Amino acid sequence: MPTFVYMTSCDGCGHCVDICPSDIMHIDPVTRRAVNIEPNFCWECYSCVKACPQNAIDARGYADFAPMGHSVRVLREEDKGTISWRLKFRDGREKHFESPIRTTAWGSIKCASEYEVPSNDAINSQELAHEPDYLKTDQGLPSVTVDHFIKYELAPSSAAKKKSKKVSAQAAE
Amino acid sequence: MAGKKTVFVDSDILVIGGGFGGCGAAYESRYWGRDKKVVVVEKANIERSGAVAQGLYAINCYMGMRWGENEPEDYVRYQRNDLMGLVREDLGYDIGRHVDSTVHKFEEWGLPIMTDPDTGRYQREGKWQIMIHGESYKPIVAEAARKAADAVYNRIMVTHLLMDKKKPNRVAGAVGFNVRSGDFYVFQSKAVIVAAGGASHIFKPHSAGEGMGRTWYAPWSSASAYALPIRVGAKMTQMENRIVLTRFKDGYGPVGAYFLHLKTYTQNGYGEPYEPTWRQSIEDMVGDYVNHEPVPTCLRNHAFLKEVEAGRGPIRMVTKEAFKDPHKEIVGWENFLGMTIGQAVVWAANNIDPKEVNPELVMSEPYVMGSHATCSGAWASGPEDYAPDEYQWGYNRMMTVDGLFGAGDTLGGTPHKFSSGSFTEGRLAGKAANKYVDDLGTNTPEISEEEYLELKEQIYKPLETYRVGRNEITAGTVSPTYLLPLSGLQRLEKIMDEYCGGVGQRYMVNEPLMTRGIELLKMLKEDLKNLGADGLHQLQRAWELHHRVLASECVTAHTMFREETRWPGYYYRGDHPKLDDKNWHCFTLSQYDERTGEFEMEKAPVYHLVDDVKQAAE
Repeated sequence: MPTFVYMTSCDGCGHCVDICPSDIMHIDPVTRRAVNIEPNFCWECYSCVKACPQNAIDARGYADFAPMGHSVRVLREEDKGTISWRLKFRDGREKHFESPIRTTAWGSIKCASEYEVPSNDAINSQELAHEPDYLKTDQGLPSVTVDHFIKYELAPSSAAKKKSKKVSAQAAE
Repeated sequence: MAGKKTVFVDSDILVIGGGFGGCGAAYESRYWGRDKKVVVVEKANIERSGAVAQGLYAINCYMGMRWGENEPEDYVRYQRNDLMGLVREDLGYDIGRHVDSTVHKFEEWGLPIMTDPDTGRYQREGKWQIMIHGESYKPIVAEAARKAADAVYNRIMVTHLLMDKKKPNRVAGAVGFNVRSGDFYVFQSKAVIVAAGGASHIFKPHSAGEGMGRTWYAPWSSASAYALPIRVGAKMTQMENRIVLTRFKDGYGPVGAYFLHLKTYTQNGYGEPYEPTWRQSIEDMVGDYVNHEPVPTCLRNHAFLKEVEAGRGPIRMVTKEAFKDPHKEIVGWENFLGMTIGQAVVWAANNIDPKEVNPELVMSEPYVMGSHATCSGAWASGPEDYAPDEYQWGYNRMMTVDGLFGAGDTLGGTPHKFSSGSFTEGRLAGKAANKYVDDLGTNTPEISEEEYLELKEQIYKPLETYRVGRNEITAGTVSPTYLLPLSGLQRLEKIMDEYCGGVGQRYMVNEPLMTRGIELLKMLKEDLKNLGADGLHQLQRAWELHHRVLASECVTAHTMFREETRWPGYYYRGDHPKLDDKNWHCFTLSQYDERTGEFEMEKAPVYHLVDDVKQAAE
């Protein structure tokens, strides 16, 4: 739903500009505050809403099908590891939800290069990193052989069908 | 754009697109290639980019081999059944045997996966799905990718691949531009992994106003997954196999958890079940495939479509019973808040509380992608240890262009990968690309200055076209000399809707319609040279449109070639209304020739797991 920005809360920090997957949150050159420049390319992903340190960004359901008077507000707290939602219906009913977002500390993931250098045998095997251990079975990596596959035979006349289709002349570049 | 810098970036492995496929590729490239330079380039910011930007509430591809829940063969059967017989079973088996290690790593990294209090295992939503609190799924996975890569270049729109000037049919890098600074980027790389997004907005969406952004697949999925490889002549497969989704109306909120976990079900506008009504008509079209269990996604769509056409809509999800259980009510809402917030907004706006109202469903416009219940994408080499010869010409997940690998939406024939499977496919491509680079030795590819300078000219041209044309008119968006990207996009969506099986035609196509559609696409493509962009943001939209148009041409060529109706409920060939195994139990392949603008089509065989074929014969 397209997002919008409250004039009195936004300080123009640009976190929303930095995060928006659709590149539609921009800083307005006149007000020096954020603005959704292309609401019809907004997926309502709330990435900007969650990222805004001032809670200055909200969303209003798409004008072409959402009646007015509702709100869906969110607070994402990385240090607490939670996300909290407050839904307000058009008729005033409210619902609240809270979920965990992460079980480990931010930044704690071990880099792929911090593991022991893989052997040549491993490089030439079909195993991916951390396999077979991380499959958590004691069977090793499953495999089959080429004889496990059999070709589906089409009617002989149609098997080799090939067609050159003129779909488009090259657009002059 | 005179005065803008040209930035050269050299790498061993270049990953285009930092979604799940790209993050998996970066992680694995680093793990196996400690000495390699691994670069990720992303048009947004990998912290929140790709299809999983807003989160997910389930991982839809997990075997559970450690608990004996499923084996890779079971997964292959599920893919095959859902896609009406046509999947790359070698690639599917490969995803199945590796995906559990991916998911176990995600859990270690900090993704909250729900557990079943009775069994202690992951909480199943369905046979293949496990439930997660995935609001931060993407930031967590992005953290691993950022640490793995030597550099992540955010906000760079990659427009074209570069080919080796020494050896034909070998990739050498890519070009693009920074959507903030405008700088021109030339990436030279020994191997390239395309992990870009599939295609939303090639068919006209239901909502054409402000709500056009509320498509099922993200509006930033601009078909780069296809346009990049198509242009350099990589063979593509199953591009006709577009997907139509049954979803909650207007918000496109997902129905998986509702059907599988909450045990809600659908009925027509009069409160009656309708799927049995259409069973015979489905059997008349597709024969035995109607007996697949679970019923293929497309066939369930077919029943929905016919029931609505018969005047007994709207189709509703019966939620009132399930939502009496407070736990299920929470799951129902959090499911949206975790991955499709817009649906919660639509319900709040309309005073729809599923405890009291059974919400309406809708069938979406078509999408082209490669990781959900559909498998459009590039034709890729299979795993070295068992792929049949016809599926193996080099390294695992390498396309028919040397050194060009793919993952996620990019690769065809492998549906039902979803997030975990796409990441896993990225890992497979990353490991294979590392081996490819090692084997190259000193025989490395070289970019051509002539090629990238020519592309540079093309890339920035819409800025100049706009600057000149804008002075011709007083104000406004109407110009006789330039086409704005949004206008071009809406023209594309209208052509595809009307001539290639969009929702406006109830997903119906035939040869005369597509013949006209191809003519219209050709004129649109010619007009793209007149695209005008008033700044860098619109320049990004201009190149997204280029990618969407080329992918749409490919989709139309494939749809024309396959003379049968293989997936009723996804689209119908009015001139070939039945499934035809004798002639079309095969893959469709296309190869584009940029010089002539033609797609050459051919058939490629389908291989099945032999045990299943034997069993069927008995």
